[in-house]
Amino acid sequence: MSHRNDVANGDAMNTGYNDGYNFAYLDEQTKRMIRRALLKAVAIPGYQVPFGGREMPMPYGWGTGGMQLTASILGADDVLKVIDQGADDTTNAVSIRAFFERVAGVKTTTATSEASVIQTRHRIPEKALTKDQILVFQVPIPEPLRFIEPSEEETRVMHALEEYGVMHVKLYEDIARHGHIATTYAYPVKVDERYVMDPSPIPKFDNPKLHMNEALMLFGAGREKRLYAIPPYTRVKSLDFEDHPFEVQVWDEPCAICGATDSYLDEVIIDDAGGRMFVCSDTDYCQSRSGSEAQLYDDPSHDGQPLDRKPKSAEEMA
Amino acid sequence: MYVAVKGGEKAIANAHRWMADRRRGNRQQEELGTAQVEEQLGLAVDRVMAEASLYDPELAALAFKQASGDLVEAVFLLRAYRTTLPRLAETLPVETSAMHIERRISATFKDVPGGQVLGPTYDYTHRLLDFMLLAEGEVPEPARAEEALEACPQILDSLDAEGLIEQEVDDGAMPYDITRDPPDFPVDRATRLQMLARGDEGYLLALGYSTQRGYGRNHPFAGEIRQGSVEVEIEVEGFDEPLCIGEIMMTECQMINQFAGSRTTAPQFTRGYGLAFGRNERKTMAMALVDRALRAEELGEPIQGPAQQAEFVLAHADSVEASGFVSHLKLPHYVDFQSELELLRRLRRGYVQQHEEAEASSSEASPAGQESLRTAVEEAAQ
Repeated sequence: MSHRNDVANGDAMNTGYNDGYNFAYLDEQTKRMIRRALLKAVAIPGYQVPFGGREMPMPYGWGTGGMQLTASILGADDVLKVIDQGADDTTNAVSIRAFFERVAGVKTTTATSEASVIQTRHRIPEKALTKDQILVFQVPIPEPLRFIEPSEEETRVMHALEEYGVMHVKLYEDIARHGHIATTYAYPVKVDERYVMDPSPIPKFDNPKLHMNEALMLFGAGREKRLYAIPPYTRVKSLDFEDHPFEVQVWDEPCAICGATDSYLDEVIIDDAGGRMFVCSDTDYCQSRSGSEAQLYDDPSHDGQPLDRKPKSAEEMA
Repeated sequence: MYVAVKGGEKAIANAHRWMADRRRGNRQQEELGTAQVEEQLGLAVDRVMAEASLYDPELAALAFKQASGDLVEAVFLLRAYRTTLPRLAETLPVETSAMHIERRISATFKDVPGGQVLGPTYDYTHRLLDFMLLAEGEVPEPARAEEALEACPQILDSLDAEGLIEQEVDDGAMPYDITRDPPDFPVDRATRLQMLARGDEGYLLALGYSTQRGYGRNHPFAGEIRQGSVEVEIEVEGFDEPLCIGEIMMTECQMINQFAGSRTTAPQFTRGYGLAFGRNERKTMAMALVDRALRAEELGEPIQGPAQQAEFVLAHADSVEASGFVSHLKLPHYVDFQSELELLRRLRRGYVQQHEEAEASSSEASPAGQESLRTAVEEAAQ
């Protein structure tokens, strides 16, 4: 049935990486439509721009929004990195990276510093991004007000009128009930003092990295057909109160592999007895530290574990 | 690596290979051909085409086979293929009045111009398993009329003469295209119908059913259900008449519902409309019920049932979107989960601390209550 596959072969950019499909899968008209929406998003930081989202050959909810954005901005010279939960080797990151290798033939990398485009789910890399990089977020629910007001009609009006009181009430209720703001990820931010925005389900640990970041940050929600952006050097403030200032997660111990004390740590259960260890969620950060910064382990104050990626046993941890 | 959910390309490739083997099943059995699926599992093929919004029985059969008979997965496969197709032309609206009727029934009139045509249907079959099929018995040829049926008028048009039924008026506006543009709530009826036409049959069936049970009740009558092939026409430069480029099988359902009228409108019947590719009678009936329910606001009816809430109904109708978002819960979430763990531990520390303080102060007052409170705190801390 080869005649069925001659998709979009009228397009100028058919590279033949995967015969039948256009460069980076989407046809040029669609990519142009998305890039126009992106320009609008960059011009109005934090504003959700509706776009004519297409079906992708991956399920909705698995990163189709991010993929459409990546496909639209990707050029033949780009170097792509894909992470999920901070890691390059999680199954869905592997799958998305393989997809773009197949349909765009671009170079891919796991090194944050070598990538020109980074597609991410749930994390911002620990290593500071530069002005030559674009970070593309996969977004499940773009509307920060959704769980307070389910109707799209209503929330659009609320954004237009800057009616964000309900969000502060929600945060206040958390404090009244728990003594803390009980939102730990997808923590709402205000972008450039105008739009309240959902930063996607990144841990609030990553929120400070949104502020005045050198890189362009793009957010794509495929199922909801919305995209938005934070241009480089944009003020991004996590919502809080004067007497309950925004704060991020802290851990009592360093990464069990690289010893980092400044990175987001995942808890890993290592035996049946409930033993656990904490390791960097950002695998590239962890690897680059344990590779090049071995001197950390010469520090006499450290416990002197040998430098390999073998996890410590429960006894050692205890 | 020691993190269980991490997996390489090799694991993914092997998983898919295993799945392909499962699909093939016992190699002693002959492999199922897509032509067999197309011919012998036609209703599955039709449902896949309708919800994928692509009329291509051969590819729908392929999708069905590839998905091991999982209809939602098959719809997804065909939809994902559809989105890559170039748009070569736009057809004229199909003329269902000129349908080559295969089945056509009305529950509102005993006899109608053109007649009631039962056609191929499972209605009135006794749902007894036919063990002949198990034994691969052959089926007799159907009885055939000597002449083909002529196209016959829409039954609802015959009520129009009296003005008993509302007129559907084409305002000539270009319909919004939900496959190209994002939904922009509130949406007009044409857009709603597009969304319902590709909506999941089970979902629409449940919603339609809910209106019959009183959640937004509005008693419907099946005014007409027709099924048959219609011509697909396009306009081509240099030709005065539109050109027929082929025929497709469609099912159409027109429901008639009561309407009390308003200050500006006399009491009359209103309509709910359903249309789908292929033989999709249950789908079109459910669609017509839901279409009518969604007209509540337009007709000034109170909105009381879930089926009448447009944003709720429409935003959750698409099985590709719904199954994708539900299934994404299988993806790792350990970063977010870690955040929640950290918060939960902090909240519990606060809880235990508070209760210990309460315990300390109450133990001075009543030593008897102390033991039970400590037990409660310890249980909470487990």
